[in-house]
Amino acid sequence: MAVYTSGQNRSRPQRGSIPGLRFALFAFLSVALMFLDQRGGWLERVRYGLQAAAYPLQLAMNSPSAAWNWTHRIFEARANLQAENRRLRDTNRRLELQTLRYAALERENAQLRGLRRMLPGVAEQWLPGEVIGVESSNLRQRMTIGRGAVNGVFKAQAVISDGGLLGQTLRVGPWSTEVILISDPEHAVPVQIARNGLRTIAVGTGDISAVTLPYLPIQSDVRAGDLLVTSGLGGVFPAGYPVAKVASVRRDGSSPLAQVQATPLARLDRDRLVAFVWFKAGHPAAPAPAADATTGGSPDARPLAVPLPVPVPVPVPPAAAATTEPAPTPDATSAATSPAAEPAPEPAPEPVAPSTTPEAPR
Amino acid sequence: MNRDSEPRGSMALTALVAVALQLIPLPALIAPARPAFVVLAVVYWSLVAPRAGGIALGFFSGLAIDVFRGAVLGQFSLATSLVAYLTIRQHLMLRNKPIFEQTLFVALMLLVWEAVAWAIDGWTGQSAAGWTRWLHILTGALTWPVIAVLLGRTHTPR
Repeated sequence: MAVYTSGQNRSRPQRGSIPGLRFALFAFLSVALMFLDQRGGWLERVRYGLQAAAYPLQLAMNSPSAAWNWTHRIFEARANLQAENRRLRDTNRRLELQTLRYAALERENAQLRGLRRMLPGVAEQWLPGEVIGVESSNLRQRMTIGRGAVNGVFKAQAVISDGGLLGQTLRVGPWSTEVILISDPEHAVPVQIARNGLRTIAVGTGDISAVTLPYLPIQSDVRAGDLLVTSGLGGVFPAGYPVAKVASVRRDGSSPLAQVQATPLARLDRDRLVAFVWFKAGHPAAPAPAADATTGGSPDARPLAVPLPVPVPVPVPPAAAATTEPAPTPDATSAATSPAAEPAPEPAPEPVAPSTTPEAPR
Repeated sequence: MNRDSEPRGSMALTALVAVALQLIPLPALIAPARPAFVVLAVVYWSLVAPRAGGIALGFFSGLAIDVFRGAVLGQFSLATSLVAYLTIRQHLMLRNKPIFEQTLFVALMLLVWEAVAWAIDGWTGQSAAGWTRWLHILTGALTWPVIAVLLGRTHTPR
């Protein structure tokens, strides 16, 4: 081989002869990074930039499976398509019927609340996004979605899929977002048993098909098949979204707590399309603000498990519990926001307070 | 030593491919058995071109893993640059050893790498349990001879 052609080695003869020093430098850099990343989150901006740099590579890494899906779709047999079409039409019809019923229920519910008009839906805006990366191990259950800050996604935002609650955003990059799934061992979501309104916390297990309810006393009323919905506490998720179904309850005398496992309703490992959700702030089912406003909905919402901040009695009939949960501020906020939403016939806000009580039973 | 220039281009390219291989989603069943390609690439280049900045290569490819996996920034960069450093220290001794002994050394490096990551997981309060995270050491060591031959084709060490 030719000698000294570029002269690169000449100019820096010391290069590499002191690997110890270089390693010390990089080790110090790593430790400093770790320290800064753990304390105070000073590296948010850095991560934002790095995530931007990572996005193209992530797309490239996802391309084999995307290409596979694409070819699969192209060559899918006609019969399959017809069958799927038929099935979708059936589903659609069923859903339409359900929607009608839901609308009726909603109206009835609004009347029950003494509002005499339909409440607006709790979700203000939806943004679908595609999964472009999955990190699934028993330590981390994360997903990368191809939507980011340029689309308006923010930190600690609820992410759902068609089955149920999926998780929340953890780190937002410009074009991509890391989502922590409800099955991540570091994630906890405040839930409520739809049947009886019992509130607790569902914690991830690291297994994609299971969450656990570690804070239920042994005598609490929970059984297999119970539906878990979000309770609206904690400041991230609105009330009443389906989360999981209780799979098994074990009570043995050795522990004061029941061992309850539940299966997430969202197919965490199969969904390729998810949705980011924005909620109306004043809506009764909107997420109750967290006790600690600075951390917002940080994944470790566990301190909320023990004290139940809002002593709401829960006399909800089981059917209504799934759709409406007696939020901490039932009438104050809704009465305040609803006249703004509908201009016309409601009397001015002042006489509402005395007049609602006689009107309600009607 | 008297080469015209260090193979920086190939190094960056292989590191990029290794990071991609490391992070491509795999079914959960076989994902724990995926070899740590990044470590293999860094060890290889530290052996072949010890003066070309293997430690920096280790640092930056480790940083890429940190970013992609959402780990604590610095976790895998520390582990990978440590592996590069140890390999560079031993490269003269290792280069002429038979492939079997090299494989043992690579297994040791993989163990060091995972142990550093494991320790940092523990210190930063992540859950670090589970034996499956150590599984890739075995598969990685078994992959080493293949990698060494493959890369050796494209770039002949002197």
